[in-house]
Amino acid sequence: MAELNKAEAAEPADETPNVSEVDAVDAATETEAVAAIEASVERGEPILQVRNLVKHFPLTQGILFKRQIGAVKAVDGISFDLHQGETLGIVGESGCGKSTVAKLLMMLEQATAGEIFYKGQDITKLSGRALKAVRRNIQMVFQDPYTSLNPRMTVGDIIGEPFEIHPEAAPKGSRRQKVQDLLDVVGLNPEYINRYPHQFSGGQRQRIGIARGLALNPEIIICDEPVSALDVSVQAQVINLMEKLQDEFNLSYLFIAHDLSIVRHISDRVGVMYLGKMAEIGSDQSIYDHPTHPYTQALLSAVPVPDPEAREGRERIILTGDVPSPANPPSGCRFRTRCWKAQDKCAQEEPLLAVPERFKSSDSPVAHESACHFAEEKDVVHAA
Amino acid sequence: MLLDVRDLQVEFRTRDGVAKAVNGVTYSVEPGETLAVLGESGSGKSVTAQAIMGILDMPPGRITAGEINFRGRDLLKLREEERRKVRGAEMAMIFQDALSSLNPVLSVGAQLGEMFVVHQGMSRKDARAKAVELMDRVRIPAAKERVGQYPHQFSGGMRQRIMIAMALALEPALIIADEPTTALDVTVQAQVMDLLAELQRELNMGLILITHDLGVVADVADKIAVMYAGRIVESAPVHDIYKAPAHPYTRGLLDSIPRLDQKGHELYAIKGLPPNLTAIPPGCAFNPRCPRAQDVCRTDVPPLARVSEDRESACHFWKETLRDA
Repeated sequence: MAELNKAEAAEPADETPNVSEVDAVDAATETEAVAAIEASVERGEPILQVRNLVKHFPLTQGILFKRQIGAVKAVDGISFDLHQGETLGIVGESGCGKSTVAKLLMMLEQATAGEIFYKGQDITKLSGRALKAVRRNIQMVFQDPYTSLNPRMTVGDIIGEPFEIHPEAAPKGSRRQKVQDLLDVVGLNPEYINRYPHQFSGGQRQRIGIARGLALNPEIIICDEPVSALDVSVQAQVINLMEKLQDEFNLSYLFIAHDLSIVRHISDRVGVMYLGKMAEIGSDQSIYDHPTHPYTQALLSAVPVPDPEAREGRERIILTGDVPSPANPPSGCRFRTRCWKAQDKCAQEEPLLAVPERFKSSDSPVAHESACHFAEEKDVVHAA
Repeated sequence: MLLDVRDLQVEFRTRDGVAKAVNGVTYSVEPGETLAVLGESGSGKSVTAQAIMGILDMPPGRITAGEINFRGRDLLKLREEERRKVRGAEMAMIFQDALSSLNPVLSVGAQLGEMFVVHQGMSRKDARAKAVELMDRVRIPAAKERVGQYPHQFSGGMRQRIMIAMALALEPALIIADEPTTALDVTVQAQVMDLLAELQRELNMGLILITHDLGVVADVADKIAVMYAGRIVESAPVHDIYKAPAHPYTRGLLDSIPRLDQKGHELYAIKGLPPNLTAIPPGCAFNPRCPRAQDVCRTDVPPLARVSEDRESACHFWKETLRDA
């Protein structure tokens, strides 16, 4: 199962010419693309590099003569790397742009600016067959297992649909067997292949969603809140399954969630987003035990810990007000309107995401990238 | 005793048969006390609350047995118009989804003021002034200017504050909060829970907090009732339960949540699924998922055993569970 089509994955999909998409230019870029991919893997670079990614959604006025009156800056220049076999967690409040990042990486939204390098190749510039070849390696698991599965399709059709789009991944005759293997891999009875989604519970449906994500043997899986719709006892089952699959298939996960405890549990590195910007990024230990950005500290301190003894011992930083509108974000540091440390400098100068000067020489986890003029370490998770 | 629910049973007639949603729930709340009712979806925690409030859809719902004693009278014996006087004035409810619980075509001021017009016969003008007062109280900035705005003009956290203001309007003795912060971000959740706790202290209200979040419970509750398949499987003061659960289901829940303060190992996962309420397994409803299940668990329903003075567990093997905790 693990070797399922790995060899074929990098090959151009020649045997199935899709008339509407094929043209000469595509064929040429595709050959180049494959060469670039193979070269970069040898160098051991990150599997995914995101550089200054920007997505602005235009705000328009008027019906006949639409004119742009502004833009919702959903994602406003973020950069990060994702390595092979690693889980990068992305956390942040609703509206911070984390789901837009997922859509951009899936190429479901066209980026306004910036690059996404998959194995050294910028996928934002791709189209047609070259894009299709890359897409096979980046799959997604959605949040809501009730709406992300078509109620009129059987489980077999849902999990097998990726093979219709990428027929080279599995010859027609072997598809049913492949789907049954996938059901087995995610812990469902292979005999359920002809059932419909409504015959399954929420946790089982999420397993179906995961099986569909695995079908093409991708290298990267983007998980957008994969367990937040599930009950506590079922959540643990799905998290454990995802960890097992990661080890088995050497998958890279981009794990987007608002539950900070789950993100810590599953992630190797964590990025904290606020209003379309990355506020802080580092190893799970850096972010949770040695946060230096005030927003991360406030976010972590607000998480209720399942230990009544910690009630008095922990410091709570209660932020005032709501997240400002991404259509009109504050100047300078975007967090300054809710930050207790804010000075004039924060309004004038935007802090860059970098390892703060004062921690540069340190070799402890406190030395990690943080976008704050007044970065300071503060443990808010462990009771005093 | 403010509220005392005794052996409450609720069932729903569905196409697939009779779903036994609540099967003999007993709990009580004192003034100023916070009871957390913990359970997964389908455990009957919300249905119990709806029965207490008298907002259960009947039919298909039906209360088949039990008493709900509130301030010395059994609410189930009252006529509907008498219950209507209790609802809102003496007990009030805060719902999970503020946007769908508020009327989108009425201003928040009109909705808040309605409480005073209906229950106290106040004039519209006075009611509006009261609404501003309430919005101030739940710390909505610029209350005077915003009283005429509509629900969609408020953020999620602000809407939940309006829900709280509406519940508090007539200073009830009991508040039932059904997943009040589930739809909110953690920073906003902290604001809302803080506000609720403060107002509760101020007015010495009893609070029933219905939730599935073990973190929120640990933060605010005095005592906990854990529900599974329509029954209370364990009830205890909050400190005891987190230190040493006396029911394998509670134990499983506590072990299955990841921790914020350490990376931890593989999560413990309770195997299987919650039962179908039209076909609850015989004996202990948790037995097909329980690591401790013996033959007796498959045949005999475990009674709520007294673990200590203020603590009960519905497990045949609560002693062993407690010992291994």
